[in-house]
Amino acid sequence: MTATDHRPAGFENNDQKPLGYGRMLRKEDPRFIRGRGRYVDDVQLPGMLHLAILRSPVAHARIVSIDVSAAQAHPKVKAVVTGADLAEQGLAWMPTLSNDVQAVLATDKVRFQGQEVAFVVAEDRYSARDALELIDVEYDLLDPVIDARTALDPGAPVIRDDLEGKTDNHCFDWETGDEAATEAVFASADVVVSQDIVYPRVHPAPMETCGSVADYDRVEGRLTLWSTTQAPHAHRTLYALVAGLPEHKIRVISPDIGGGFGGKVPIYPGYVCSIVASIVTGKPVKWVEDRAENLTSTGFARDYIMRGEIAATSEGRILAIRTNVLADHGAFNGVAAPTKYPAGFFGVFTGSYDIEAAYCKMTAVFTNKAPGGVAYACSFRITEAVYLVERIVDCLAYELEMDPVELRMKNFIQPDQFPYTTKTGWVYDSGDYEPTMREALRLAGYDELRAEQAERRARGELMGIGVAFFTEAVGAGPRKDMDILGLGMADGCELRVHPTGKAVVRLSVQSQGQGHETTFAQIVAEEIGIPPDDIEVVHGDTDQTPFGLGTYGSRSTPVSGAAAAMVARKVRDKARIIASGMLEVSVADLDWTKGSFHVKGDPSKSVTIQEIAFRAHGAGDLPEGIEGGLEAQICYNPSNLTYPHGAYICVVDIDPGTAHVKVRRFIAVDDCGTRINPMIIEGQVHGGLTDGVGMALMEMIAFDEDGNCLGGSLMDYLIPTALEVPDWETGFTVTPSPHHPIGAKGVGESATVGSPPAIVNAVVDALKPYGIRHADMPLTPSRVWDAMRGVPTPPI
Amino acid sequence: MHVTMNVNGEEVTGEIEGRLLLIHFLRDHLGLTGTHWGCDTSNCGTCVVWLDGEPVKSCTVLAAMAGGHEVRTVEGLERDGELDPVQRGFMECHGLQCGFCTPGMMMTARALLDRNPDPSEGEIREAISGQICRCTGYASIVRSVRWAAAHEAADREPADHEPADREPADHEPAPQKPVVLEPATDVTSGATP
Repeated sequence: MTATDHRPAGFENNDQKPLGYGRMLRKEDPRFIRGRGRYVDDVQLPGMLHLAILRSPVAHARIVSIDVSAAQAHPKVKAVVTGADLAEQGLAWMPTLSNDVQAVLATDKVRFQGQEVAFVVAEDRYSARDALELIDVEYDLLDPVIDARTALDPGAPVIRDDLEGKTDNHCFDWETGDEAATEAVFASADVVVSQDIVYPRVHPAPMETCGSVADYDRVEGRLTLWSTTQAPHAHRTLYALVAGLPEHKIRVISPDIGGGFGGKVPIYPGYVCSIVASIVTGKPVKWVEDRAENLTSTGFARDYIMRGEIAATSEGRILAIRTNVLADHGAFNGVAAPTKYPAGFFGVFTGSYDIEAAYCKMTAVFTNKAPGGVAYACSFRITEAVYLVERIVDCLAYELEMDPVELRMKNFIQPDQFPYTTKTGWVYDSGDYEPTMREALRLAGYDELRAEQAERRARGELMGIGVAFFTEAVGAGPRKDMDILGLGMADGCELRVHPTGKAVVRLSVQSQGQGHETTFAQIVAEEIGIPPDDIEVVHGDTDQTPFGLGTYGSRSTPVSGAAAAMVARKVRDKARIIASGMLEVSVADLDWTKGSFHVKGDPSKSVTIQEIAFRAHGAGDLPEGIEGGLEAQICYNPSNLTYPHGAYICVVDIDPGTAHVKVRRFIAVDDCGTRINPMIIEGQVHGGLTDGVGMALMEMIAFDEDGNCLGGSLMDYLIPTALEVPDWETGFTVTPSPHHPIGAKGVGESATVGSPPAIVNAVVDALKPYGIRHADMPLTPSRVWDAMRGVPTPPI
Repeated sequence: MHVTMNVNGEEVTGEIEGRLLLIHFLRDHLGLTGTHWGCDTSNCGTCVVWLDGEPVKSCTVLAAMAGGHEVRTVEGLERDGELDPVQRGFMECHGLQCGFCTPGMMMTARALLDRNPDPSEGEIREAISGQICRCTGYASIVRSVRWAAAHEAADREPADHEPADREPADHEPAPQKPVVLEPATDVTSGATP
């Protein structure tokens, strides 16, 4: 069969037992390797104008005046729009995904450096930028709030005076678990370890920045918007609700997207500006942010200041985990998280361990920094949760002088405890942790590594071995618990089989590089027996696809992948009835082998899915009650999240003279349930591990005391290149999800979640001779140097 | 001003502003959107094209500076309907995910193989270290380039199997005319200062 022959050289006999077509080459690659991908900035429309945004140079200031006359006089400028202009239309503010509001263009104050103040529409990119220089804004500077630790100080400047009655910078409080029960366990525990841990502000920085092309047809009253969005359907509904445009007249197209990592989930002011500009000018308008705009204004991630506490017996039995978190949400609460989960899924901070009690208390504050918070492959804040628990468990191992692997193994939730309800109420669907840990130990040669480390230490060399074990929670909904701005987190899928047996499947999720055109064709192929090459996958266009909440939080395979399997089964059920008519037997007398039905006990009497498809559309009667055609549509509402897990081991060497950390090896064993395309899974794991190296050792969006962003370019915000990362060593175990139709779990973010603690644990392990138990990310040479000299400083 | 250059073997001319960047000339004037723009500071390398056989970052080359020179973009990798081994390698070894950095990576890889047909893993990593990929973690890109090297070596074995579309001149790294583009031609100066 041609589809299976597409496997790359060397993998024909792979023993990975993936689902169906396995390690198939990607269907989308032929266009990408020819430079024929179509990204938002590639869209060129006749008469198209270009939009550029004027941004605030300061973090906190009152706008005294804006003079746009010189910009308007520029010969190539078609429009200049300020916050005051938008306010007249009621469009100066828009809702965020967390039921806060955010200024589209500032009217009263600017609240972070890089905030949108005005926009220019001109005939070309360069003229639009030129005209920005001609806008004169007078600012009355205000004191900024930069360090979240001071945001609630009495007398701190109030950032959100746009909110009625607001007299402080408090954003929200949140708690989970049982405070009293946890306190009781802590009070009587043999050992209590406490550690302050900061997860600094980082940025997903996809290679393609955000942008949009808005084309408003005044005659039809119809808006077409190409935009860099991971959630085209949700965006369409929000545009309808915000701008008052009828939803059936809005078409959002999310074409090829150059990486998202959660940064392309929110609606940004720039998208709205391009829509307004097209309505105002009657022309298509393109907006594409530059890299500085991307890094300073769009979706940051993390910024959690945490205190972790762990209680245990002196033998290393973990009893309870407690944490207090100060969350910096920036100037607006722009977190993209389900409504009931203002801290995302941080509640899974109890990790992979069977403990007696847990409690988290969180306070979120506003600061004069860019809004955001949920991005960078974080699985709705599970990066922060896993980092906390895996760091604090290592701190406990340090105090108990126990091997970190032994400590973890001693406390794992056991296979017979699943489904397992955590002390914060999460129901882990399935897991078998010890074999995964043992596979990582085997691949790493853990005992040999420890022996080598002892030898090197004796010679004064700094070698560290870091271990992390994580449980992820991915695939939001279910809709009874999870919505975003009232939109339930379910996903639609439509499958249509053409008369000749070729098929088209339409998804509500959207790919930013995950390879949906391949994976989803494989899922449908497995269920209905049509080769993946004969299945076209359509996505990223609201006019072409059923409604759904989109791709983020590793939810595509858990939710939309389940939808694809279920819709294929629905079509197969109809095909069975048609086949019974063709073979003149009852449906109960038919057996399915992939691609055809045959009469039980007589395989020679059979019909293929292609023959059934032709009959479904052809002449002659169909069985009673059966309509012509072979297609179906469903909306899949997951009954639970899926809970993938993994064991990661990192080996680092530190140069004692320069404090430079080199990641020598990284072993990642992932369990994401049934594997669909192992090649794509490994690719996603590799990418996430690289993110982890970035966050642990290099990346941080820092600010000076005036609120100037110090990470506003790729010269300042360091992202790993091929020289900073090793050749990844991956492995896997398979524990299927019991509630997913094909047993699959999400995997896209696992490595980003699991790798930072493994790397930091390795660095801290290497520094053990210096008596160090913790040092905060990013572990740059200067920060490691400080730690080695006993003055580890937390990042601001 | 008027500019004339050879792009992927064809003579093209344009009426441009002196400040127009080569990346925008290629993308907006010629419609060659395979070359991407990803930063303003020569750090990301999504914009890498060839100028007289040398990989350059086209976001920091003026279109005017390319006047009279030869430019090759990702659209010019395929010859006579035949994919370049580098393109095949990226597909075979999953060297791409979102595809945004891919054209630049492939142009650098092609240039590397032209001057070093059998690069080690370390040499490949160094060659692409002026470019950023957020999806792949680089391991599969390294494998893709190795795949291309191995297949080109196999193709070279019997002399009469030398592919006819391979013009030796294309593989000469030395530019025919002096080009003063130091910052942009240094493909190893990447995100690590």
